[in-house]
Amino acid sequence: MPKRTDIESVLVIGSGPIVIGLACEFDYSGTQACRVLMAEGLRVILVNSNPATIMTDPEFAHATYVEPITAEFVEKVIEKERPDALLATLGGQTALNTAMDLDRLGVLEKYGVELIGASIEAINRGENRESFKKIVEELGGEVARSAVCHTLEDCFEASKDLGWPMVVRPSFTMGGTGSGMAYDEDDLRRMAGAGLAASPTTEVLLEESIIGWKEYELEVMRDTADNVVIVCSIENLDPMGVHTGDSITVAPAMTLTDREYQHLRDLSIGIIRSVGVDTGGCNIQFAVNPEDGRVVVIEMNPRVSRSSALASKATGFPIAKIAAKVAIGYTLDEIPNDITKETPASFEPTLDYVVVKVPRFAFEKFPAADPTLTTHMKSVGEAMAIGRNFTEALQKALRSLEDKKAVFDWSHRHVDLDKDAILEGIRTPHDGRLREVMDALRAGATAEEVHDATGIDPWFVDQLCLINEIAQEVIAAEELTPSLLRRAKRHGFSDAQIGRIRDMKEDVVRGVRHALGVRPVYKTVDTCSAEFAARTPYHYSSYDEETEVAPREKAAVIILGSGPNRIGQGIEFDYSCVHASLALHEAGYETVMVNCNPETVSTDYDTSDRLYFEPLTLEDVLEIVHAETKAGPIAGVICQLGGQTPLGLAQGLEDAGVKIVGTSPSAIHLAEERGAFGRVLAEAGLPAPKHGMATSFPEAQQIAATIGYPVLVRPSYVLGGRGMEIVYDDESLRGYIQRATEISPEHPVLVDRFIDDAVEIDVDALYDGTDLYLGGVMEHIEEAGIHSGDSSCALPPITLGKEEIGRIREATEAIARGVGVVGLLNIQFALGSDVLYVLEANPRASRTVPFVSKATARPLAKAAARIMLGEKIAALRAEGVLAAEGDGGDLPADAPIAVKEAVMPFNRFKTIDGKTVDAVLGPEMRSTGEVMGFDADFGKAFAKSQTAAYGPLPLSGRVFVSMANRDKRSMIFPVKRLADLGYEILATVGTAEVLRRNGVSASVVRKHSEGDGENGDKTIVGKILDREIDLVVNTPHGITSGGSPRLDGYEIRTAAILNNVPCITTVQGLGAAVQGIEAMRAAEIGVRSLQDWAR
Amino acid sequence: MTEAILVLEDGRVFRGESYGATGETFGEAVFSTGMTGYQETLTDPSYHRQVVVMTSPHIGNTGMNDEDVESRRIWVSGYVVRDPARVPSSWRSSRSLDDELREQGVVGISGVDTRALTRHLRERGAMRVGISSESADAEALLARVRGSAEMAGSELAGEVSTQEAYVVPAIGEKRFTVAAVDLGIKSNTPRMMAERGIEVHVLPATSTLDEVLAVRPDGLFFSNGPGDPAATTDQIELLRGALDAGLPYFGICFGNQLFGRALGFGTYKLKYGHRGINQPVMDRTTGKVEITAHNHGFAVDAPLEGATETPHGVVTVSHVCLNDDVVEGLELRDDEGRLKSFSVQYHPEAAAGPHDAAYLFDRFTSLMSQRSEEVEKGRQDPSRDPVSGEAVSATRSSGVETHAGARSSSTDEEGGN
Repeated sequence: MPKRTDIESVLVIGSGPIVIGLACEFDYSGTQACRVLMAEGLRVILVNSNPATIMTDPEFAHATYVEPITAEFVEKVIEKERPDALLATLGGQTALNTAMDLDRLGVLEKYGVELIGASIEAINRGENRESFKKIVEELGGEVARSAVCHTLEDCFEASKDLGWPMVVRPSFTMGGTGSGMAYDEDDLRRMAGAGLAASPTTEVLLEESIIGWKEYELEVMRDTADNVVIVCSIENLDPMGVHTGDSITVAPAMTLTDREYQHLRDLSIGIIRSVGVDTGGCNIQFAVNPEDGRVVVIEMNPRVSRSSALASKATGFPIAKIAAKVAIGYTLDEIPNDITKETPASFEPTLDYVVVKVPRFAFEKFPAADPTLTTHMKSVGEAMAIGRNFTEALQKALRSLEDKKAVFDWSHRHVDLDKDAILEGIRTPHDGRLREVMDALRAGATAEEVHDATGIDPWFVDQLCLINEIAQEVIAAEELTPSLLRRAKRHGFSDAQIGRIRDMKEDVVRGVRHALGVRPVYKTVDTCSAEFAARTPYHYSSYDEETEVAPREKAAVIILGSGPNRIGQGIEFDYSCVHASLALHEAGYETVMVNCNPETVSTDYDTSDRLYFEPLTLEDVLEIVHAETKAGPIAGVICQLGGQTPLGLAQGLEDAGVKIVGTSPSAIHLAEERGAFGRVLAEAGLPAPKHGMATSFPEAQQIAATIGYPVLVRPSYVLGGRGMEIVYDDESLRGYIQRATEISPEHPVLVDRFIDDAVEIDVDALYDGTDLYLGGVMEHIEEAGIHSGDSSCALPPITLGKEEIGRIREATEAIARGVGVVGLLNIQFALGSDVLYVLEANPRASRTVPFVSKATARPLAKAAARIMLGEKIAALRAEGVLAAEGDGGDLPADAPIAVKEAVMPFNRFKTIDGKTVDAVLGPEMRSTGEVMGFDADFGKAFAKSQTAAYGPLPLSGRVFVSMANRDKRSMIFPVKRLADLGYEILATVGTAEVLRRNGVSASVVRKHSEGDGENGDKTIVGKILDREIDLVVNTPHGITSGGSPRLDGYEIRTAAILNNVPCITTVQGLGAAVQGIEAMRAAEIGVRSLQDWAR
Repeated sequence: MTEAILVLEDGRVFRGESYGATGETFGEAVFSTGMTGYQETLTDPSYHRQVVVMTSPHIGNTGMNDEDVESRRIWVSGYVVRDPARVPSSWRSSRSLDDELREQGVVGISGVDTRALTRHLRERGAMRVGISSESADAEALLARVRGSAEMAGSELAGEVSTQEAYVVPAIGEKRFTVAAVDLGIKSNTPRMMAERGIEVHVLPATSTLDEVLAVRPDGLFFSNGPGDPAATTDQIELLRGALDAGLPYFGICFGNQLFGRALGFGTYKLKYGHRGINQPVMDRTTGKVEITAHNHGFAVDAPLEGATETPHGVVTVSHVCLNDDVVEGLELRDDEGRLKSFSVQYHPEAAAGPHDAAYLFDRFTSLMSQRSEEVEKGRQDPSRDPVSGEAVSATRSSGVETHAGARSSSTDEEGGN
């Protein structure tokens, strides 16, 4: 069946901000879908509030609405654009839920919009546990014994039948929010209670425990002609009990016979048909009892998922792209396989390699959080690696994480291993368990003991044994022979690992290896195990015989990506890398992307001319450079766009003779090294906060005494404010130094004077050696001291005048010149008492580049890439890439205001005793994503940003206010305004008294610590839990650091988060919220596309 | 660890380690792309005299069990893998693959760049190969490879077929009797028939028409099997006789090639064959795509478009491989368009592979039901005769001509008729 002719325009809903369980894989799928639909000549309308996505680039849709993804706002878009169809299966659960809301509200019917991909009925059948269970049973399959409950009483009744432990799952939540394992009645009460609250249908499912079973996923595609294919099978190394997003997963399945695999395949095909996903992809999860092969169907997602992105990268079969094509009517046999060109998409990929995905966690950011892995997803990113066997893929994946603790290590530090203690430790799944499994083997545990402790399949355990045996051979060998080196490399050992074993430096091992002629070859991901010739250079390394890198004529630019997403280094950096690739391809270069993050657009084989799916370590990158050097001329390597990961490789690459384009490694060092940077500032006559460097507590104390408290302390060379704290006295300083020196012993601790009550300003600029182009000046809404990544900000700056921006421009230019920037530069300033302090300068793409690019409609990263390759800003202005005149620093008076708001993951992390971690902002970044509110004035833009990030601000109702003493003065005006608008004000005693004296009547509410009153008066926490409060304003008493619980505020904030009550924790945030509320009450807020704004 | 070498007919050498039995072996090098089902592949008689290269790197992970064998023994003449499992893991496993290969004397090699080898075979075509763990002298082994038997022109069905007829009883109520000529039959084929109420009389490859008719069959079946269909004559005569007698026929793989030849088409050797369980085939009668298991090095040369008149009725190509337009199925209809017989080049019995094509067994049973109804009618109306003899040679040559152009690039000169 060819393309449908009755659809001319399609609305695509994206997935919004990056949160745990809903990450940039949906930018990858959405971008693919938009590309396909545009290429098919359809009018594409897109809604996505996340400015850091590629899909929201204006060229990927005809009308791009960076607006909140709520039924209310999407209806406004529908009303304006009148699309024929809505495609909601590519934007994760957010898009699917929004589509269901639109249907329930009658919006789709009203405007005659057809839901394509999966119908409402199919979505319901797939996601409703009862109907899904019925479908599976009709197909002769089984689901785990279970009960659907709508009240706690139901839950207790059901527990009698199911036995302990049991799984608690709320319906219709993403990434398993609220899921967990209940071992007793107390657990059940707590988890089911929260689950009922989190589920939009007030429904939880209780299930028999299948912990320890083997876990599999199949990715399935279906077209309108009912052709069905399985794209990929995925096996979890961690058995059932760990969320698949937190598991180490392997493709294809490794331990199934054909008979068992075909059984899963038959069930999958039956399920997609019965559920009725007409067109597109879905993901079906299975558990298999390792004792007898009993198969239980766990669940299906009637949409593209995180696993689909992984499966697409793992197989070369682009699920989202094909899903978009079948959604508009094509059948699979009409769609060509991109990679072979000659064969159709109606086939099942077959792999001649192994793919391993490993999760990346961020527990170091939430010290109070329980690091145990459960059915509730906690990882913030993932790395994928491809090898010709499992061991190679696994070890490549582990080193791709850029977490030293993840990589197997046989160096001497670990000689004393207590086998029994380790075996006990690995019983519970947690971040880093695999490394401990290896330690158990080193300590002499048998494969059986490891299998018994972890439930990891014996085949996988044996593979780990094999890795350990090879390590022992390397330890025992008299010298590194070619055959031993080759054997170690074939099983994934890095030069660094071998070096640690042999007590040699990494580059010495590399030298020996090269001298012995042991080098990797590059194979191709081709969907068909070489049965047909591949036309797409999607490569991975392996220590095998034959390489497949083709020679080329054009000069290549190698772009180093940003690796696994983590807090502080996420999709924003991928955005810049993708832009560089697109711009340089257009400029006539052959672009070569290197990255190991399967969720991203950069690792789509369509993005660059060549893709190397490889770890971003010096060794792996040097080998790629070597292979590409043999293939043809190389113009250079770009290190400044992928964040700290490639930046950290720049010096090593240059030392090895690789040409780095753009800002030189020595200039990068100049900006990062305190003393040298201080001289740059001094020369330019720019003040920086007083500072010093300390390697011990007495030194730090000495510095603090000189410059005065409060001080900002942090380790050097970090991104995302890792380990950064504001310290107010000697005692906390001592504590910090003790902890901080454990983080990074090689680098000193930086001690800066903290500028109190200052406005923080972020600048992104381009410099070509002569000219400066100020991309954008962003004013933080929260005061200095809150990490810029977690702070909301406005562009253009809302309170800065021309004169101040002029000073910022001059300072930026002086620093760019002084450091020697070629390309992008990000500077953070603090403006306090009319002095402009330079907090830090980073000669690289920043997190805000996509935000600035979108807000000003100028592609900064594209321009930066061209500048790095020698283009001049003047030429880029003439070409139209940059503004012909003026720049982001002097936007016209009527320019729209863009507000960036950070999205925090506090609700994903629980402490050991089951409470949510504290929700306070601080100098260490903890947000996972961001949204943009875009409108004519600040109030509207801020209101949109809040709606997009956390849900709309309340237009009426009760506001609870509890302020730290230092904030009490500044709160009066905004709280009074709320009272005038008719909000009922509640406050704690002290705050209420201050308000009363200022003419605001506030009723006093009991503190949590006071407990319920004698006549049943609830505490504020009780009121929040009972949904009697519509807005919480609570600034932390004392000063935040590291997220440790603090007094009543903690209970209040966590209760608000648990119940999705908007919670404002800074006084500046309160002011902005009041402006937002006023804007919302004044008039209905409209929607407008980026393309329209740019006109 | 014993070293082993693999030498291809064109002189390319791969070095690795001995796997399975030690010794020396020869055969036709072919690659199989299935990621599951090595046990079924190894015991599939169609792989007789072939050295199978597994593109999937990890082989042996689930060991060997007693249920998944497709015949009485392992047939491959040699086995090439990259990373053999050291321990098997499956609740059904009773022994390791390595042990099984050794016990059955199958010489293998591991640790070679199987992807490089596969690419070589894809570019140069299937060719003879030798594996040795006895001698490291590649030159000497090459000479022995070049002296070994060729696949083209080899009649091998007799070497793998059962020597004695046996019966696989119907499961449940018996509805039909089928004479299944074993040219290398896989156990799952009679099993799938039995599940549909068919009593299957598995007969030796050398059976005559009289022996077939002696079991009073409702239908005739020819199985898959090894060798060059052009080298087979006896079974073609048998098949023509059965078609003349109006017996419904169903053929799989080799049975498809023989059906094609019986109807007057040629067969030819594919450059490197289809061996895998992910192949898209379109059933042109329904327009649906099925994912199928393939294992064939030869194919039928029939025109993809239009019908061909034959003495037995009108033949059309019913199934086509979407990857390369190779004929994957034939249908024989009478003048009134009623289906009389059919065959497919691929494996609806799967094992290993997807079950998408299992409907063909149902098609066979409905064919037999229809025929028994017709026989009833025929008794009432003796004027109908299935045989009509017209213009056989003309349609034959036109079929070949239509397709010669499209085919020439992939036709192996040595292969075919």
